[in-house]
Amino acid sequence: MTAPKLFANARLIDPLTGRDEQGGLLVHHGLIADLGPSVKADAAPDDTEIIDCQGRVLGPGLVDMRAFVGEPGAEHRETIATATQAAAAGGVTTLVCMPDTNPAIDDPAIVDFLLRRARDTGVVRILPAAALTRGLAGTEMTEVGLLKEAGAAAFTDGARSIRNAGIFRRILTYARDFDALVMHHTEDPDLVGSGVMNAGELSSRLGLPGRHTAAETIMLERDMRLVELTGCRYHAASVTCRASLDVIRRAKEMGLPVSCGATINHLSFNEGDIGDYRTFFKLSPPLRSEDDRQALVAAVAEGLIDVVVSDHNPQDVDQKRQPFAEAADGAIGVETMLIAGLRLVHAEMLSLAGLFAAMSARPSRRLGLAGGKLAKGAPADLVELDLGAPWVLDPAQLKSRSKNTPFDGARLQGRVTRTMVGGSIVHEASSA
Amino acid sequence: MIASSAPTFPHRHLLGIEGLKASDILGLLDLAEEAVTVSRQVEKKRSVLRGRTQINLFFEASTRTQSSFEIAGKRLGADVMNMAVSSSSIKKGETLLDTAATLNAMRPDLIVVRHHAAGAVHLLARKVDCSVINAGDGEHEHPTQALLDALTIRRNKGRIEGLVVAICGDVLHSRVARSNILLLQTLGARVRVVAPSTLLPAGIDRFGVEVHRNMREGLKDADIVMMLRLQRERMKGAFVPSVKEYFRYFGLDAEKLSWAKSDALVMHPGPMNRGVEIDSEVADSAQSLIREQVEMGVAVRMAVLEALARHLPNG
Repeated sequence: MTAPKLFANARLIDPLTGRDEQGGLLVHHGLIADLGPSVKADAAPDDTEIIDCQGRVLGPGLVDMRAFVGEPGAEHRETIATATQAAAAGGVTTLVCMPDTNPAIDDPAIVDFLLRRARDTGVVRILPAAALTRGLAGTEMTEVGLLKEAGAAAFTDGARSIRNAGIFRRILTYARDFDALVMHHTEDPDLVGSGVMNAGELSSRLGLPGRHTAAETIMLERDMRLVELTGCRYHAASVTCRASLDVIRRAKEMGLPVSCGATINHLSFNEGDIGDYRTFFKLSPPLRSEDDRQALVAAVAEGLIDVVVSDHNPQDVDQKRQPFAEAADGAIGVETMLIAGLRLVHAEMLSLAGLFAAMSARPSRRLGLAGGKLAKGAPADLVELDLGAPWVLDPAQLKSRSKNTPFDGARLQGRVTRTMVGGSIVHEASSA
Repeated sequence: MIASSAPTFPHRHLLGIEGLKASDILGLLDLAEEAVTVSRQVEKKRSVLRGRTQINLFFEASTRTQSSFEIAGKRLGADVMNMAVSSSSIKKGETLLDTAATLNAMRPDLIVVRHHAAGAVHLLARKVDCSVINAGDGEHEHPTQALLDALTIRRNKGRIEGLVVAICGDVLHSRVARSNILLLQTLGARVRVVAPSTLLPAGIDRFGVEVHRNMREGLKDADIVMMLRLQRERMKGAFVPSVKEYFRYFGLDAEKLSWAKSDALVMHPGPMNRGVEIDSEVADSAQSLIREQVEMGVAVRMAVLEALARHLPNG
C-alpha cells in the first residue's frame, strides 16, 4: 500500500459544507483520512509524503455527466486514453461517457468492455451511460436491469431525443422499477427540422436554417408530464434557454424527481460567436441568445441548473472544415470546463463554491457516487487549482485527440495544477 | 474599358452585399454603366482581363448565372473555364476545401462560386490566393443579382433613394431577397417584404424592412414590385397549401399590380414560374423589366470582375 499523502498549505473548498479555509488534507488508502486547519505537516505520520499546495485551491475533482469519447468505433477522434488524459488535465476525475458509439452502448457486454478498457487505459474514472433504446433507434428499450448491474451509471440516447411519447412513457415506467436515472436530450426532432443554429435574426442574416428554442421547451414540457405520470428519476441533459428554466422550476416546485444540466459552452458563448460561419461553435443544442446565456448562468448560481457538463464531443478536422450546415456538431471541453467556469467566477457571476457544486458535488450526488466532496472517508478525487495564472489557450497543447475547441485563442485565468484520483496524482502541471 | 474615375473597390473578394458601403456599390454601378455601353457595341471585346484566368465553379447548376459570368469574363478578355462540380469531384467524395486547393494550384485569378450551403464561399475564399466572387451561397447572399437589380432600377427610375420597393414571395429561402434588402437599404430605398408568414424568415422584423402579409397593403404606393421564385417542392403543402391558393393571394397579376403606383415596374430574378408567382400577362407587359435584368446581369458582372481585377498582382 502506498504511503499516506498530505496536501499541506491548501485553500480547502467544499461546496457541500461551505468549507473555505486554509488547511491540509491527508490521504490514506485512496480516501480522505483527515482535513482541516489543524492538519499540518509536522503532525503527520513519519512516512507521509508531503505535497505543498502553496496556498492554492484544493477542491473535489470534477464529475462530468456528459462526454462523448469515441470508443468503441471512433478512436480516430478520441480514445479512453486521450479523453481521460484530457480530463485529468482539466481537473475532471469522473467522466460519464455517452452511448453514441459504434456499436452503441446498448448491451451489458459493451458496458463491461468499456469498464475494462477504462481500467487498462484510462487515468480517471469512467462511468458508461447506457443507451435507452437499442441502437439508439428510439424504438425498443434496452435491458435496463442487466445494464445497470453491469455498471451503467445512467441511461440516455446521447444526442438523440425519443420522438415517440408512448415509447418514452413505457421506458420511464420500466426504468423506474430499477431506480435508473434517465438523461434525455430534449429537442423535438420535427421542430428542429434542418435547423443548424438558433432561429432568429442572426440565422436569417446568415441564411442558415434555424432551430427555435420551442423545439427544446416543448419536449421538456412533455417529459415533465411523463415524469409526473411515471415517477422515474429524470435528468434533462442540456437546457439552453430561459423558457426551459421556467419548465424546470415548475417541475421542481411540484416535487418531481428531476434535475437538469447546462453545458459550459452555453454558459460561455452565445449565437453571435458563430460570426463568420465558425463551425467550432456549431453545437447541438445550438448556442442561444445572450439573454438566454445570462439566464443560464444565473440559474447555475441559484442551483436551479443542477450540473454543468463539458458536453465533450471530439470531431476531427474533416468533420469541421465544412460549410456550416454540413459540419459536425460539438466541441471538446473536458479539459477546459473548469477554467472556463472560472471566468464566471472572476466575473463575479458565480461563487467558487457554486462552481464546484455544479461541476462536482451535485453531479456526484445525482449519480449516487461517494465523491464530489471533501470529507473524511470520501474518495481522494481532488483538483488543485491556481486561480491567478493568466494564459492564452493554444489548442495544440490540449491532450484531446481532436482539437475542436471554441476556446481557441481565448484568454483564460487560472490553471489546474494537480489532479488526483483515489489519492494518486494523475496530472501535474509543469509549473506546479 | 478605359480606367474609370470611380474610386477603387476596396475589397479583394465579393462575398456579399453585407459590409459594402454605398460608395462601393455606386462605384460598381457606374462601372457597370460603362459595360452596358460596351456590350451594345458591335465590337464588345475588351482587354482588361487579358491573360487572366477565370474559373466558374458551380456546385449547383445554374444556366443563366453561369453563362452571364462566362460572357462577362470573355468580353473582358479573360480565359474562362466552367466547372460543374456536382457532376465530378463531389461524387468521388472530394471535399469543398480539397476542390479549392486543387483549383488554387492551377493559379486562377478569379473564381466565381455558387454553392448550396450558406457560408461555403466564405470558407473557400479563406483558402485560395485569388479573388472570389459569390454567385450564390445557399440561402445567404447573391450579391451580383442585387447589383444588377439596382442597376436596372436606377436606369429606369433615375435613382434608388426614396423608392418604395416591395419584395414579394419566398423571402425565407431567398438569397436574392437578403442581398437586395441589404443593398437597397444601403442606397436609401424603403424596402418591404410581402409574403405569407410561413415564407418569412425568423426575426425579419429586425431587418429594418416593412413586413406585410397581404399584397394589397404591401404593394400600395410601391415603385418597384420584385417577385421571387417559389420552388416547386415548397408549393404542395409544406409552406403553402397549393399553387392555386398561392397564386390567388400572392401571385402577381394585373389586378394586384394595379394596387401599386401606376408607373410601378415589375422585376423577377428568374427563372420564372409563370402562373405561380407571376402571371404571363404581367411578366411580358411594358411594366416588366425582367429581360432588361438579364442584360444588366452581364454588365454588372463585367464591372465586378474588372473592379476585383484591379487588385490582382500586376493589375
